[in-house]
Amino acid sequence: MASARELQVQKKREVDKKEETTIPARVFLPNADIYETQNELKVVLEMPGIEKKNVEINLEDDVLHVESRLDLSKYAGLQPLYTEYNVGHYARSFQLSSKIDQSKIAAEMKNGVLSLTLPKVEEAKPRTIQVK
Amino acid sequence: MATVFADPFDALFNLQRALEARTESDWLQNQTAGQGPFPPINVFQQGADIVAIVELPGVDKNDLQIQAKENTIRIAGKKAVDLPEGVSVHRRERVFGEFDRTISLPIQLDPDGIKAEFQDGILALLLPRSERDKPRTIKIG
Repeated sequence: MASARELQVQKKREVDKKEETTIPARVFLPNADIYETQNELKVVLEMPGIEKKNVEINLEDDVLHVESRLDLSKYAGLQPLYTEYNVGHYARSFQLSSKIDQSKIAAEMKNGVLSLTLPKVEEAKPRTIQVK
Repeated sequence: MATVFADPFDALFNLQRALEARTESDWLQNQTAGQGPFPPINVFQQGADIVAIVELPGVDKNDLQIQAKENTIRIAGKKAVDLPEGVSVHRRERVFGEFDRTISLPIQLDPDGIKAEFQDGILALLLPRSERDKPRTIKIG
């Protein structure tokens, strides 16, 4: 599936806010890959510059919320000369189907990429049906 | 032109506005190597030195090579997105591939003092200005 086209920079997309925020800053949508295996659903979110401890994952009413905050201390004392991308916090929400076993959701973070593993409930695993 | 972050709530907003304002900056314009595709680079000034911050999420440290020569920096590597075998894809937004980008800076660098830090998908390059390039006061005799 790897194409020979050149790697392009993806401009960050801002979150479409439904409510007003208390902080007057931009929050971005992390790029997401969602794929399904036999036993689980995997959601991979790209959030560069975010440390593991600043990520909050909440599950409420079948909606999975992922929010992360950027640590600004790294930018203290730096004056921008030339910029190509913006930085900020990240937030994204996903509606989960009832086929996910919500008590077994696992998350790991490496190199700014958060991988969420959402195991499927037993009945939701695909079963082949024998034709008699 | 110093950005002072007085209110903690405004700190991020001010940084984001400062970054947006410099997107049209022609600081690298006169060089042949400047804007290019992946990866996106932000260049900052810290005192007399330059700090370049590059966004490379999901890139492994071993897949990244950085070379410095005179006043150019070359960042090359591979961004891989590992999909396990036999998966069904619901959504694909992440890009992957090989990249090789060179930027030349309009200042003289001290090649021995260049430091690189790679953490959480962010590559920070500290590029100290060479001694010869620093301004010297000249006394009027």
